[in-house]
Amino acid sequence: MARLYKFHGGLHLDGHKSESLGRDLRSASLPEQLILPLRQHIGEYNKPLVEVGNRVLKGDVIAANSSLICAAVHAPTSGTVSAIGNYPVAHPSGQRDSCIVIDVDGEDEAARADIVNPKELDSEALIQRICRAGIVGLGGAAFPTSPKLSRGKTHTVDTLIINGVECEPYITCDDILMRNYADEIIRGSAYLQQILSPQTTLIAIEDNKPEAIAAMQEALLLQPLANTEIIAIPTIYPSGGEKQLIQILTGKEVPHGQFAFDIGLLCQNVGTCVAITRALEQDQPLISRIVTCTGDNVSQPGNWEVRFGTPISHLIEQAGGYKNPDNAFLVMGGPMMGFALHSDRLPIVKASNCIMVMREQTIPHTPGYHDECIRCSKCTEVCPAQLLPQQLYWHARAQAWDRTLEFKLFDCIECGCCSAVCPSQIPLVQYYRAAKSEIRAAHKAQFKSDRARARFEFREKRLLLKKQADEERRRLKREALKQKQAKSGAAADGAPDPVQAALERVRERKKAIREETR
Amino acid sequence: MSSVIVSSPYVAPGNSLKRLMIQVIVALLPGTVAYVWFFGPGPIINIGLAIVFALAFEAAVLKLRAKPVMPHLTDFSAVVAAWLFALCLPMHAPWWLVALGIGFAMIAGKHLYGGLGFNPFNPAMVGYVALLISFPREMTTWYLPGVVSGETLSLAESIAYSFGSVDIGQWDALSSATPLDQVKTGVGQNIPIDEIRQTPLFGDYGGRGWEWIAFWWFVGGVYLLITKTIRWHIPLSLLAAVMSMALIFYLIEPAVYASPWFHLLSGAVVIGAFFIATDPVSAATTDLGRIYYGLMIGCLIYVIRVWGGYPDGIAFAVLLANMCVPLIDYYTQPRVYGEK
Repeated sequence: MARLYKFHGGLHLDGHKSESLGRDLRSASLPEQLILPLRQHIGEYNKPLVEVGNRVLKGDVIAANSSLICAAVHAPTSGTVSAIGNYPVAHPSGQRDSCIVIDVDGEDEAARADIVNPKELDSEALIQRICRAGIVGLGGAAFPTSPKLSRGKTHTVDTLIINGVECEPYITCDDILMRNYADEIIRGSAYLQQILSPQTTLIAIEDNKPEAIAAMQEALLLQPLANTEIIAIPTIYPSGGEKQLIQILTGKEVPHGQFAFDIGLLCQNVGTCVAITRALEQDQPLISRIVTCTGDNVSQPGNWEVRFGTPISHLIEQAGGYKNPDNAFLVMGGPMMGFALHSDRLPIVKASNCIMVMREQTIPHTPGYHDECIRCSKCTEVCPAQLLPQQLYWHARAQAWDRTLEFKLFDCIECGCCSAVCPSQIPLVQYYRAAKSEIRAAHKAQFKSDRARARFEFREKRLLLKKQADEERRRLKREALKQKQAKSGAAADGAPDPVQAALERVRERKKAIREETR
Repeated sequence: MSSVIVSSPYVAPGNSLKRLMIQVIVALLPGTVAYVWFFGPGPIINIGLAIVFALAFEAAVLKLRAKPVMPHLTDFSAVVAAWLFALCLPMHAPWWLVALGIGFAMIAGKHLYGGLGFNPFNPAMVGYVALLISFPREMTTWYLPGVVSGETLSLAESIAYSFGSVDIGQWDALSSATPLDQVKTGVGQNIPIDEIRQTPLFGDYGGRGWEWIAFWWFVGGVYLLITKTIRWHIPLSLLAAVMSMALIFYLIEPAVYASPWFHLLSGAVVIGAFFIATDPVSAATTDLGRIYYGLMIGCLIYVIRVWGGYPDGIAFAVLLANMCVPLIDYYTQPRVYGEK
């Protein structure tokens, strides 16, 4: 790799990584109960495949869906399904969602694995196995992995990018993963190569993770991969964003309205690589992940391998508990793009890379008041999407939605850089999120009313056509009748009656015969 | 569990309006000191009066508008506006002139539009232009620098002047037209520039004293650039426009058109480029737009100085450019990521 490129803007942030890197990776103990949301990915809901009272084994599929963009949910351990219903889940809105509750029996008895040699499988079969394992992108977005890989069938993937950047402060789950499971990441990359046959594979890691880089280099040395390179990229937020990472590594921009695979690129997170390796080599579905539990309000920050469905409170207990539970402010994700949690009784899901346990005082907040925008354009300078955040804010505030679209609101990746540098401390991203959801709702309503109008108009038209057709039919009938009457009238007027004519002909013939016989 | 509701990002803000405004005030200090050095303590009284009245008017209007008073007063935006406004006035001015001007700036220029962030025009320039049109005599009574007249008004005299407690006729000998004014009148009477510049009013490049004040505004401007309080687009394009306009005409007819250095170092071009045109609220907000905005102001300054009715033209140039900002911003949107 000769050179790296830069993306527009970005921020140098305090890493706060060392807090959670002081301890080795540990496995979180099993809680008494696991709460598993039916949907832990971007896409369609799963349907429960178990009933209350069923005993499930570790690795059993408990919810799935035949839809293309879907990832099945598996039982993270053995136990009994005790309830299926709505429970609070980790979501910015604080809403409830349908979940399966498993009472853990502590046996951790695994379902029978069907182990085959993945090297002998074709890409179709490999994707099938990845799909069956319920794997989603573990970088945070939780997009199902198998449909993403299926793009390789229709698109040529020149470059496979393995994302070990982890640019958000506080989060260290990928760092600790690379230090501990570098060999599995490399093997996972090999399977991705087997599926996609790219020309080059780039493994990108931010240069603030020297131990991870060293571990990965060693692993690559032990099991060399064709045309694969580990690249240390400069530490600047948000270099781990897919579009930004592509820009850093290739200098290319994903064209507006298109996806990375449209320009021959495909990105996978390092955690996803490990999940793929385990799914293919051991037939192990995605039932756990590494979660960073950190912040200034937790006693022993660190990283844990956590089964999905584990309540956050259980994880925090593993980390020595709160320093002060009364002013605890919980965030799922990192400080830039994460969202606040209203409770710790929520389950860890596939997208949970980090739980920040903060003191309320550390969280900057001035409820209800911020200064006005002075158009200083600091936000423009840092925006990786090259937008004009100050103009977007102006129009979003005025609820001038079509104007926000003109200024490309939906190109905003919500990285939070603009909010972080704003001298007026305006929660800009919050304005954009609100504007986006307003516009989406308006579009939905518009779509519905358009459809209703189209249906109504179609019905009106159909009725009108039917009426016209009926009238036309009646008119034709009337006319035919009229013609007929006119015809019979004309016959009476002198034209020979066919019956009479026929009788005449018969009579003539008989007469002729009679004359002949005579 | 905390009951605070706040959305990401959760990082401590690295910047504040107050910090920006304080940086501007710091950057204004060297030029202000130079101004006082050459012209006596008059400007300090103007600045002090303007700040007091600005804060009073701002507080009153905020109260009327049922807005939080202290958070807005302590963002120091009114202090900066008052300071800049006071620097535009003649070095000695009656207190009511200062009060009227800054009152108009704060009420009509700022709050009638919705306060900080919503004003399409630079409030300091609004106040200045209102006075220039309404009180031409008071607004054009300038005084000589100490290096020319040998003396300037003392602090006590300046205070007495401001509060009208003395007959200001006694200082008539010290009053004078500004160098820009002198050039304009002289050229109008067909006197060659070289000859006009023989009077002691003129220094090596611009007006005596004025050229050094301009230098210190420049130093303050560089400080603003280094601290990233402002960006280079507006000052550079503005200065480039003034200099190139001046150079072109100077090369054509040096007897009628003053040199680029004279234009740069006389009047308010440097303070205008770094401190006035860079008011972010009323300026263009895109990079390219700021270049157009600076060029426009620079060209207008030259046009007003040379062919217009006023010796200097910063205020009118800035206000005219302010009007074009929405248009400029709309047509200079940067290319968004992923677009061709």
